[in-house]
Order: sequence, then structure tokens, then C-alpha cells
Amino acid sequence: MSHPPIKAAIRTDRLTKRFGDVTAVDSVSFTVAPGSVTGLLGGNGAGKTTTISMLLGLLLPTSGTVEVLGADMARHRHAALPRMNFSSPYVELPHRLTVRENLTVYGHLYGLHGVRARVEELAEALDLTKFLERPSGSLSAGQKTRVALAKALLNRPELLLLDEPTASLDPDTADWIRTYLERYRAESGATILLASHNMLEVERLCDDVLMLRQGRIVDHGAPAALIARYGRASLEEVFLDIARDRKAEAAE
Amino acid sequence: MNALTDALDLSPRRVGAMVLRYWYLLRGSWPRVLELAYWPTMQMILWGYINQFMAQNSSWVAQGAGVLISGVLLWDVLFRGQLGVSVSFLEEMWSRNLGHLFVSPLRPGEWVVSLMVMSLIRTVIGVVPAALLAVPFFGYSVFSMGLPLGLFFAQLLLFGWSLGLFTVALILRYGMGAEGLAWILVFMLAPVSAVYYPVSVLPEWLQWVALALPSTHVFEGMRALVFHNALEWRSMAWAAGLNLVFVALCAGSFLWSFRQARVRGALLQTGE
Repeated sequence: MSHPPIKAAIRTDRLTKRFGDVTAVDSVSFTVAPGSVTGLLGGNGAGKTTTISMLLGLLLPTSGTVEVLGADMARHRHAALPRMNFSSPYVELPHRLTVRENLTVYGHLYGLHGVRARVEELAEALDLTKFLERPSGSLSAGQKTRVALAKALLNRPELLLLDEPTASLDPDTADWIRTYLERYRAESGATILLASHNMLEVERLCDDVLMLRQGRIVDHGAPAALIARYGRASLEEVFLDIARDRKAEAAE
Repeated sequence: MNALTDALDLSPRRVGAMVLRYWYLLRGSWPRVLELAYWPTMQMILWGYINQFMAQNSSWVAQGAGVLISGVLLWDVLFRGQLGVSVSFLEEMWSRNLGHLFVSPLRPGEWVVSLMVMSLIRTVIGVVPAALLAVPFFGYSVFSMGLPLGLFFAQLLLFGWSLGLFTVALILRYGMGAEGLAWILVFMLAPVSAVYYPVSVLPEWLQWVALALPSTHVFEGMRALVFHNALEWRSMAWAAGLNLVFVALCAGSFLWSFRQARVRGALLQTGE
């Protein structure tokens, strides 16, 4: 089914989440253009996972709005969910089911036609064929990440939300995942939002980054533009300036 | 209102996908299947011998052959019905899979229906072998009750599902600290459900509590059938009416807890 073109894949307006006295996300407004790759950066506790949870409709905002693929995620998330997907190393697939069983279940949940063929296709693309009959819990971290990515790509999502897609992976596997994501984006034109602590990864993959600190967007822009604006040699240095609130000092 | 609309919008394919998920889990472990049938069978044998002894020493039990065996088997329908819902739910908690499930198009109502289907499958696997073994062991077939047995089974299963949903609601609200409720909640109702004795044995104030439970009316109905070979439609009507109330209350508590989990962010964080 085709959908009318949208001006923004993601649009939030004064999005806020409070847990008791703690404000995890504080009046965050941003837009993610269709087909772009956007990085959501910030230190631990900056509000990245909370923001992603609200984008997924798993968490209800305290105030403000969040619109994904044209749907209000607090009220009508089922209009968007079949067209998007999510992967995180912190949310696992059932360990006792084999890789094939897990992917088959999710294939049916997403209403795919030809689930078996799609599972085989992704297994081949992500080099998982020889692991298909193994329990998901018996895989290495790198293999689990590839399985999680296969699950996230099952429905050929228009929007992919990735929470630290290469966390705890060795450099070779991490590079392999990044290359695959670049290819997927080029072939599908999908929008990708990724939260990451790996600045090299963000520089390589992202067109735009949103810098979060204490639940607020404190800066945003293309990686190269941010590096130039802060007069730094890398995005990692920009990240440290922002995380340590050295923006003014750095800008001078 | 939105939660209710979500809950009532059901896709058979997504329900089937979740049943498949639990079926994969069940078929992948023969000890789990064996365990399902083990406890009902042990209980049936234990109560079968008690039944045999009491039949010779109690005029009440002597009036109806197999009244205690029928009691224990039907009690297991209620117990397994509740456990089938809550254990399948706990599987998701143990595997920290709720985050993936609820970013897929799966709706809460579809998930609940799949939990109920699995509960039915688990109950049949658990109780039917015990019921069949009662024939060679004690010369008593619970199936001799005929069609009313189907009514008793359906009413108890429905009540078990309600209790299972209520357990799920409590675990969603209070986290894995409330996991133990999945195993013990139903036993709080055993004394007042009058499984092995008539409700008239209970103190008068407790009889009112007992009569507010669908299970009590089913067990009273079962005894009327075994002792007098008559189906008490009044008991069945009470059980059905009370079941409607319990289903509505427990489904409401589940939907409320699910929404609260979305407010607190528990769907992504919940796990061991």
C-alpha cells in the first residue's frame, strides 16, 4: 500500500517527559527529513532512550506531541508501526527460539507475504544462513546484533530507529553493520534515526545530528558544520565540549 | 477510549503469530510438556485414592462415584487456565521481549487472545491425560458427565483467563517483584470455591464471598450432576453472569496497567 508523501518522517513539538521530579526530556522540538540519517547524541542520561521510546509510542509524553510518518504516536501509533522498525542491543529476542523461529514470528506480526523467502533473503544478506537453526541465545554479540538488524529490516521499514546499533561489537563487525546500513539506506531511501556513542560512526553515517544534554537539544546540524562551528578536529571533541558545557569557551 | 478501540481491533494473523511464538517455545522443550501433564496426573492419583477411601467411609462421598476426582480435575482446569495466561506473559518478561513486541503492529487485545489460546492448549495438554488415566486407575471417567462437562470446562477456563489477566495487570504494574502472584493467586480462591466440599460447610459470611465467584457455582453444579444426575441451570447462569463481570473487571485492569506501563516506560525496561 502506498502512502501520501510526508514533509517530515519525524516531527516533535515541545516534547516533554517527566518521571516524578525528574525531567528526562525537556521541551524537545525537532524534525527529521524523509530519507535522511540523523544521529541522536548525548551522554548517559541525556534523554536519548526516553526520546526514542516516545518516538516508538512505547512511552507516553507528559506534554508535547510526537508525529511519526504522519501519525500521532501517543494516540494512533498503529498507523505508523507497520512502516517502521527498531533495533537495540538492550531489547533482546527470545533466547530459546531459533533465529528462524524468531524471524518467522516477527514476519507474521508485520503481515509479510512470503515470510519464509524474506527470512532466507535477509539471512543471506546479513550472513546469518548458518545460524538460522540455532537458538538466538547461543549466538555471539555480533551475531545477535545482525539477527536484531534482520528483525528490524523484515518489513522493509521506511523509518528505522536504531539504539546504539554497534555497541559492544568488535571494529570489524561494527564496520560491517555500518556498511550494511549505508547500503540499505541507498537502496531503500529509508529514514534512519540512530542513537550512538560512537562519534566516528555518526560522522560516517549521519547527515544531521541532534545534541542532547540534560533532556534538551543544545545544538544540531551536519557533523562537518558542527566541527567547523566549534573549531574542533572531530565530532568527538564537539561532543565533549557540549557534554561538559564548554560551548562558549570552544566557540571563542 | 483509544485503548479500548486498540484492544478490540484484532488481526487473526497477528494472533496466530503470537500463538506460533508460544508453540515454538513449548515444542522446543519436552520437559515443559511433560511438566504440564505431571502435576494434574499426580493430583488426580492422590485425590483418586482419597476418593476411594472416603467412598468406603463417608456416606457423602459414597453418594457420587468420583466426586473428588471430578473436583480435582476441574480445579486443574481453573488453575491451568490462569497459569496458561500468566506464564506465557512471564515468558515475555523473562526474555525481555515486550519492547520488540509492542513496537511491532501487535495490539494488546491480539496478545491477550493469543495468551488465551495458549492457555487452552496448555490446559488440554495438562488435564486430558490425567482425566484419561483416571479410567484405568479408578474406573471413573469424568467424561461420563457428558455435555455439562463442556460447560463446566468453559466456565472455569473463562474464570482462569480473568484471573490470569489480573495477574498480568499486577505484574505490569508492580514489575517482576509480583511474579510470585502468578503461582499463588488462584490458591487464595481454592478454599472458598468449594472444590471438594459443599459451600454450606463454610461460615455464613464466607458463603457470600464464595457465591460471588463463578468457580463456586461450577463446583456446586458439578456435585449436583454427580449426586443427582441433574444439571443445575441456575448455577450455570450464575457462573456465566459472574464470569462476565470478572472478565470485564480483569480486562479493564489489564488495559489500565498496560497504559500505565506506557506512562512509566515499563514496556521497554521490564525484565529479570
